[in-house]
Amino acid sequence: MITRLSHTTIFVRNQDSAYDFYTNKLGFKVVDDMPMGKDTRWLTVSPPDQPNLEIVLFPITVGKMYPEETANIMLELLQKGKLNNGVFECNDIYATYEELKSKGVEFLKAPTEEFYGIEAQFKDDSGNWFSLQPKSNFTTTE
Amino acid sequence: MTTDQYPGVHMYRRVVRAKLFIDNNYHDRINVDNIADEAYFSKFHFIRLFKSVYGKTPNQYLMAVRIAKAKELLQVEKSVSEACSSVGFESLSSFSGLFKKVTGFTPSVFLKQHQEAKKARKKAPLKFVPGCFISNNGWDENSNFREMTD
Repeated sequence: MITRLSHTTIFVRNQDSAYDFYTNKLGFKVVDDMPMGKDTRWLTVSPPDQPNLEIVLFPITVGKMYPEETANIMLELLQKGKLNNGVFECNDIYATYEELKSKGVEFLKAPTEEFYGIEAQFKDDSGNWFSLQPKSNFTTTE
Repeated sequence: MTTDQYPGVHMYRRVVRAKLFIDNNYHDRINVDNIADEAYFSKFHFIRLFKSVYGKTPNQYLMAVRIAKAKELLQVEKSVSEACSSVGFESLSSFSGLFKKVTGFTPSVFLKQHQEAKKARKKAPLKFVPGCFISNNGWDENSNFREMTD
């Protein structure tokens, strides 16, 4: 049976810019940052309270994995804001919103009461968008 | 487009301002009075508000930031005494004691562990990358990569 998620990928336009966004703005920790050949890096980060989940900041570049046509489609989806990469949890959504906004993070939606709880939405530097929700929105078995 | 109308918006902005003051000045001699002043709060009201938002008192948060920053400095191989003074501790023994309490390791053990992990990554970086990424990207066939890591 599957026991946990160890790695997940966020596709980015530029790894230097993504490094700055995820560490200096979101406050994530770098797990690995290693060169993989001439123009590629293995760059992974983790949310502060989730050190065992590595988020791979993977560049969309033409190569073995992504032929030119595929890379262009992915870049277009990012540009159109069609790639939603999940939900980030926080303790206090208003404080998190104010802090991220003061650091220049672009919000698509300020904290808003929805039928499922309070939610905000923001974009990363590449155009991926995320939902931001307080822990109190979730029911867990822990 | 976002709107910023929610209950307590000005209070939140002041608490966040205090938190960012700590994030930016943890290496200086700051205390709860300076931090409360930064947010224009009376001391006791401020401590209560800060704890309700962040789950820690301002002083507990300051210490947590100092230890987190010290870890980062040790990870770029600064010495223990350099890390200690760079994050605002005056006493090496109180720094080491708090560091061990938070991380479970003394700063020198933490530094050594990090140096060993870094050495292992330099020697065999592909051991730290899931095989599917290596294979799909052809990193195991890349002669330039091999040259860089030999």
